[in-house]
Amino acid sequence: MSLVETRPAAVVTVGASLSLFRSELGLTFRRARTITLLGILAALPVLIGVVIKSQTDGSGGGGGPAFIAQVTQNGLFLVFTSLAVTLPIFLPMTVGVVAGDSIAGEAASGTLRYLLVAPAGRTRLLAVKFAAGMTFCLAATLAVALSALATGAALFPLGQVTLLSGDTVGPGTALFRAVLIALVVAASLGGLVAIGLFVSTLTGSGIAAMATTVVLVITVQILDTFPQLHAIQPYLFTHHWLSFGDLLRQPIYWDNVLQNLGLQAVYVAVFGSAAWARFTSRDITA
Amino acid sequence: MALLEQSDGRAATSRPAASADVIRTSGLTKRFRGGQLAVDNLDLTVPRGSVFGFLGPNGSGKTTTIRMLMGLIAPTAGVATVLGEPMPGAVSSVLPRVGALIEGPALYGFLSGRDNLARIDAADPTTDPRTRSRRVDEALDRVGLTAAAGKKARAYSLGMKQRLGLASALLRPRELLVLDEPTNGLDPQGMREIRALIREVAADGTTVFLSSHLLDEIEHVCTHAAVMAKGRLLVQGTVAELAARASGRLVVRTPDVALATEVLTDRQVTDLTSDEDRVSGTPLGEQELPKLCAALVEAGVRVHGFGVERGTLEDAFVALTGEGFDVAG
Ligand SMILES: Nc1ncnc2c1ncn2[C@@H]1O[C@H](COP(=O)(O)OP(=O)(O)OP(=O)(O)O)[C@@H](O)[C@H]1O
Ligand SMILES: [Mg+2]
Repeated sequence: MSLVETRPAAVVTVGASLSLFRSELGLTFRRARTITLLGILAALPVLIGVVIKSQTDGSGGGGGPAFIAQVTQNGLFLVFTSLAVTLPIFLPMTVGVVAGDSIAGEAASGTLRYLLVAPAGRTRLLAVKFAAGMTFCLAATLAVALSALATGAALFPLGQVTLLSGDTVGPGTALFRAVLIALVVAASLGGLVAIGLFVSTLTGSGIAAMATTVVLVITVQILDTFPQLHAIQPYLFTHHWLSFGDLLRQPIYWDNVLQNLGLQAVYVAVFGSAAWARFTSRDITA
Repeated sequence: MALLEQSDGRAATSRPAASADVIRTSGLTKRFRGGQLAVDNLDLTVPRGSVFGFLGPNGSGKTTTIRMLMGLIAPTAGVATVLGEPMPGAVSSVLPRVGALIEGPALYGFLSGRDNLARIDAADPTTDPRTRSRRVDEALDRVGLTAAAGKKARAYSLGMKQRLGLASALLRPRELLVLDEPTNGLDPQGMREIRALIREVAADGTTVFLSSHLLDEIEHVCTHAAVMAKGRLLVQGTVAELAARASGRLVVRTPDVALATEVLTDRQVTDLTSDEDRVSGTPLGEQELPKLCAALVEAGVRVHGFGVERGTLEDAFVALTGEGFDVAG
């Protein structure tokens, strides 16, 4: 027997869902854990900026990733560098913690049963949890980007930006690119949010769900480096993450970016459905 | 209303129309993965307006039944109807009219008591956000938590948590309150307050379904009761009917214990026990009492006291199951 609500309540409105979403955001961002994670993410660009500054002050600097050499010429490049450094591990780890804990944490504390008898509605709760997870991705990305922007402005000159393609654009255009990149990076984490949500519906332990999700990200990142797995790598949700660099070309090279966003959409659809199927049929015994 | 006994099979009398019953289950069964049969073929009827005590020893399936009624777990077999609609199918239209406390309170420790209630209220799509803070304050006031409303819930004592859980069930007027062991963890004063609250809510016309393993709690506040053991329903009916099942015990206080015992045995009083200055036993019926008294006096027994001790629900329970109120294996 399925536990899916078969009839919609007479008065379920968009407003009511917004009310729960607002409550969910409050819950996510008032948690000490979330604030700590965002704090760590915001500290990383400062660290990177200081390291680059001290390195270039000392020697002539080595050959790092494409952006790093540019940072010393323009502080805005610290935004791109910081996102490139945090996207493979740090950002997904924090997202894994938040998404993995979303349902399982409520189950572990028992609050899930009170949300469901309120009644929040299983589908609605899942949708709200996903939306809050995506909002956290955006907040996490912004924490890195804004901290990098401030650090870059403090340590390095700003002004004309020379893109990866060699073209030069004004600071306004460059800032717009930075915002675009932050949005794309946040969206890149959508697949992971859906995976975390699915894992979260499988267990009654928040810690287990968080750990599983984080280990999964790291495993997939490692698989992405094995040449033998060349055939499946384009389908790994982390594979196109660094394609956001293409947004720094003139004209913008969209192919990889769109491929990345398309892949994320597929992951959201697949794992979102799996999470829904599991959550709407599951016995809530905690 | 007549007593329904599971062992007798079918309902003894016809019932009022279905809408008069707030909860109705038929053949409700839950077998957990792993084979544990937690609820076995349960036919429960909770009349509207009653304060219904759901009794049973630890592990008898009370919480499991409540979880099925609230749509949290799916029954293995059978149907449950709450407020006239099938569960778990109709959770979204039924549950806004139901307040529930299930297996103890569960709180967000890092939120204040007030914010905990606001969160639960926001989860109900049918509440009005504009009246939220007023309703939250009223609920806090009702359970006596106003002074501690701003305190983080992790700093609450067990009794305060229990009260906050009750407050969340009282965020809006309800047709049905389902309370799973609501006085668990409360001090005697708190217990009295909660019982008074239950009576008050019931007086407003809310049906209260109350699980407990405290027999005298049920006797104090309930109009109706059902007794579970090992997942099966033993009996349900009004509390008066249940208590009446425990036939009162005749107690005779006299210095002539041996003689009195002899007389009473002749008159078919069973279960006789005696000590220094009293004899007690179970008479055939109330109508026998005057004759027994006369016979004792006639035989020359010096009767210092003659009376019947009322049966309690606990006596009824023991009479019913022939065993104590212990955890089933
Ligand atoms: N999730 C579960 N998985 C397996 N068995 C369970 C589960 N939950 C409960 N049970 C079993 O079902 C039976 C009934 O449990 P339930 O919690 O309904 O009892 P209860 O009457 O509420 O007891 P108490 O008075 O202690 O609260 C018990 O034997 C218990 O071990
Ligand atoms: Mg219980």
